[in-house]
Amino acid sequence: MYTLIDITIFQNLVYIVSSVLFILGIKMLGKESTAVRGNLLSSVAMLSAVSVTLIDVDIGITIIISAIILGALIGSVIALKVKMTAIPEMVALFNGFGGMASFLIAWSQFTDTQPALLQNLLIMITIYIGGITFSGSIVAYGKLSEKINLEKGSLVTNILVTFFYLSIPALLIMMFAPALSIDLNFIFFGFLVLTVLAGLGFVMPIGGGDMPVVISLLNSLSGIAAAFAGLLLLNNVLIVAGSLVGASGLILTIIMAKAMNRTIGNILFVGYASASSTKSEGEQGEVKPITAEDAYLILENASSVLVVPGYGMAVAQAQHVVRELGELLEENGTEVKYGIHPVAGRMPGHMNVLLAEANVSYDLLVEPDDVNPTMDTFDVAVVIGANDVVNPSATEEPGSPIYGMPIIEVHNAKTVFVLKRSMSSGFAGVQNPLFFKENTRMLFGDAKESIGTVVSEFKD
Amino acid sequence: MEVYILLGFVLLLSIFLGLELISKVPSTLHTPLMSGANAISGIALVGALMLSAEGQIQNVLAFFAILFASINVFGGYLVTNRMLSMFKKKS
Repeated sequence: MYTLIDITIFQNLVYIVSSVLFILGIKMLGKESTAVRGNLLSSVAMLSAVSVTLIDVDIGITIIISAIILGALIGSVIALKVKMTAIPEMVALFNGFGGMASFLIAWSQFTDTQPALLQNLLIMITIYIGGITFSGSIVAYGKLSEKINLEKGSLVTNILVTFFYLSIPALLIMMFAPALSIDLNFIFFGFLVLTVLAGLGFVMPIGGGDMPVVISLLNSLSGIAAAFAGLLLLNNVLIVAGSLVGASGLILTIIMAKAMNRTIGNILFVGYASASSTKSEGEQGEVKPITAEDAYLILENASSVLVVPGYGMAVAQAQHVVRELGELLEENGTEVKYGIHPVAGRMPGHMNVLLAEANVSYDLLVEPDDVNPTMDTFDVAVVIGANDVVNPSATEEPGSPIYGMPIIEVHNAKTVFVLKRSMSSGFAGVQNPLFFKENTRMLFGDAKESIGTVVSEFKD
Repeated sequence: MEVYILLGFVLLLSIFLGLELISKVPSTLHTPLMSGANAISGIALVGALMLSAEGQIQNVLAFFAILFASINVFGGYLVTNRMLSMFKKKS
């Protein structure tokens, strides 16, 4: 028979194995050829860590089983039903749930024991990070699914932002309260509410185009919250797994910020400066509209085409018809590539997922650095619902708010088609001189319809 | 106290390990990596299962902690798998 000590030792041994599997799993997730197995390995790690924890629990088995079954049902239904265009908001939602779990763990630990100074400190940090991750993710979810539409600078936003700034000193007080012999029980509940409000205020003022950074950061925070919960519960596997998530989210955050040529602080707390340069207004010229039929004639004679998708492709759900066009072009003897900017869309890799869903081979996707040097060899660059990531101001106008941001330099291609619904400027609010260039043709209208017309011309 | 120092050590090493492991990820995999990492953050489930069940509040908190973490775990792994199965290289 096992004694209590043996169970703990056995559990910790399994936790070590799980940690190793998590490490291998996340490493394999970073390579195309091994990614599927990596995800599988990490799920095996999860299964073994959870199973071995179940050997010895305090909570009633009915509660555990009903909560897990309900969670499995909800999670599976969301994961299997969600459309690929809705992936960003769904990842945001799951992040939030992970943060919530850590928040509740720390809350329970607080009501459970009279915590000593260090424990109290960990409880408060876990609550804070978990709470901010939860409500921040809910806002990100709302913004991405266009359920929340509060302007930066509106009254509600300003009040929420104030809560965010208030929450920082509140956290410090709560962390060191036992040392100051403040009775925490009275203010604890207020602190819980404040952290949730603070998360709303943290994400609310950040614009939709900056969401790739926010989602990566919330992803990182959900891991850090789990790692702190692990410190609190003295559990190794929580610490290791949580830290890995924290690190991977941090890397993505940095990659995204770099791709915008902005600092993380600028994205989170400043936002784009209102277009300071008025220079661009002077050089606005005539735009040259084109019909889908004419676009077809030019594409038919092109020997190489670069497709540059942006958030507009996701909104128009145009990825399938884009793939169809690509295949028709290839049959016609045209070389087709897809130029993907790291921050195109609303989350890291958004365009890659959409094109993969539409069955575009991933070796046709190229990054800005690969394609820019040979841009002048492309006969046609087709920009589909992208704006800031192809804005030549970033390389040509030192006064522009987006100056220095790495872009896909489509203006160096022989001809540029821009598919766009109207002449409105992109997320950054910066006028795009690309539209007025000599070699640019504007194809106005819904991207899906426009490409659909070109495709049917090809078929005739 | 010593145990916290030891675990803090584990925390820091794991973060550095994570940074090393994932520093060069092709942009194709940014979303699956994020979503896969998201599933791993559901490890909070293990923490939720370790909670005590002394009183009514603890039971309620434990129930919801397990529930939210399970949604994260099941949803996260399934959607990552679904996404990765779409990534194909045509011959």
